[in-house]
Amino acid sequence: MSRWKTTVNGWLLLLPAAVLLAVFTHYPTIATFWASLHTTPKGDFAAKYVGLENYGDMLADPVFWQALRNNLWYALGTIPLSIVIALAMALWVNQRLAGRSFLRLAFFTPTILPMIAVANIWLFFYTPGYGLLDQILGLFGVPAHNWLGTRETALPCLIAVAVWKEAGFFMIFYLAALQQISPSLGEAAAIEGAGRWYFFRRVTFPLLMPTTLFVLVNAVINAFRLVDHVVVMTRGGPDNASTLLLYYIFEVGFRYWDSAYAATLTIVLLAILGGSALFQFLTLERRVHYQ
Amino acid sequence: MTKPLDTAGAWLLALVWILPFAFAVWTAVHPSAYTAHFDPLAPLTAANFVAAWHAAPFARYLLNTCILVTMILAAQLLICTLAAYAFARFAFAGRSVMFALVLVQLMIMPDVLLVENYRTMSGLGLLDTIGAIGLPYMASAFGIFLLRQTFKTIPRELDEAARVEGAGPLTVLRRVYVPLARPVYIAFALVSVSYHWNNFLWPLIVTNSVEARPLTVGLQVFSSTDQGIDWSIITAATLMTTLPLLLAFLLFQRQFVQSFMRAGIR
Repeated sequence: MSRWKTTVNGWLLLLPAAVLLAVFTHYPTIATFWASLHTTPKGDFAAKYVGLENYGDMLADPVFWQALRNNLWYALGTIPLSIVIALAMALWVNQRLAGRSFLRLAFFTPTILPMIAVANIWLFFYTPGYGLLDQILGLFGVPAHNWLGTRETALPCLIAVAVWKEAGFFMIFYLAALQQISPSLGEAAAIEGAGRWYFFRRVTFPLLMPTTLFVLVNAVINAFRLVDHVVVMTRGGPDNASTLLLYYIFEVGFRYWDSAYAATLTIVLLAILGGSALFQFLTLERRVHYQ
Repeated sequence: MTKPLDTAGAWLLALVWILPFAFAVWTAVHPSAYTAHFDPLAPLTAANFVAAWHAAPFARYLLNTCILVTMILAAQLLICTLAAYAFARFAFAGRSVMFALVLVQLMIMPDVLLVENYRTMSGLGLLDTIGAIGLPYMASAFGIFLLRQTFKTIPRELDEAARVEGAGPLTVLRRVYVPLARPVYIAFALVSVSYHWNNFLWPLIVTNSVEARPLTVGLQVFSSTDQGIDWSIITAATLMTTLPLLLAFLLFQRQFVQSFMRAGIR
């Protein structure tokens, strides 16, 4: 009787969340997969089952490969760099340096700004001839350059923006972890005569490993999930040189209105996100603690 | 010994870090003649902000964003609290399966399911409404998870004591669990508000009128349509749209940093 009542109560409490999740997460996930096996309905023509044909088309689509390649380079460019910078920031802010609160503010503020505002600020920063970047480089005699309009520099420019926005966010996790490390470890190492770099490599960094893993997974997810700056700064151009996967999905889905192909691309994105979640699950299960 | 080196390095990085932002601020508070011309004696002006404010319906966008953020937060707090309570304290049949299904959303966020969610909104007749922007985010797996973890740390004795006095489950939730989870609620609220204040792609897709657009989309529409690219007005508009959040951050810096941290380390 009581058990029955617990179950009813539990389900009633869960109901609103369950309905919303079913409608906006589970159903669309399944519907995306379903749509990827069909043609895009057009006017009087209903969607037709085509099996894996969309996937075949995708594998033959050079823009898909370009977007995937760009996204991998983008991830490879942003993730290690923002992690290293975040770690340096945290190590610095954790010491008693002059102007520590200003430093922390300077590092963390980009995190609060909307990506869309950040993109506008950087769009201006990169403006050929006129923007701050060209003005500074001009002092050294470097000629003006169309940073976002050149194939070679468009993607690196986006990477710089992402690093700028994310490093401060990751910094706070490192900072929290650093504050957990007992100062006696540092004192002991000093007595033993260990150098700073040695201490960092053998003590601090291993102790920060769980944080690094956490930050890593978040960085991977962000690299595939956030494309606001692409919309503002390059629209994937020039010549798809800065198209990321989600941006391509957005274009296919809402510029060309090819929902079946957009669904096919979404499945790839979901597989990538699923893979990173699986990685997180497996590594967090056996994450190493030295303390 | 190495301290001066550290200080120099940290300051150099900090200066590089604020440079783009400082450049935007400089441009926004000076007449456009000084946009790319740094003169410490350049006259300050608020004209760019005034011009930007009148150039597009920013007042309406601001109102929309405030409604959006409030609506999402209110719904999230209610829905996630109830669900988290169920997961933390009711051993109902199917609990672990349901919890796993909730966690799916941590991996498959609404940001990614654009096409199908657009179709659903169209089917519900909600396209181009503020509600359509908010609905997919209202049952936040992250919020449920965070609150469940918190509720689980609350001693059952408190719960039972209240029940002995005759309080029903909802009263216990309101009198015992919610007050004790206050810091977590604040953390979650700050993270949620800043996330949805800043969210862009989904609102861009589901809205196409002034009445529904939030600030981010309004800013993009404003700066991408031919303004003759007057950067002083665009940067003024950019700063204006972020100003409320930025001010809140400057005032409650510590809470923000702690909230982001608490919310991140789950």
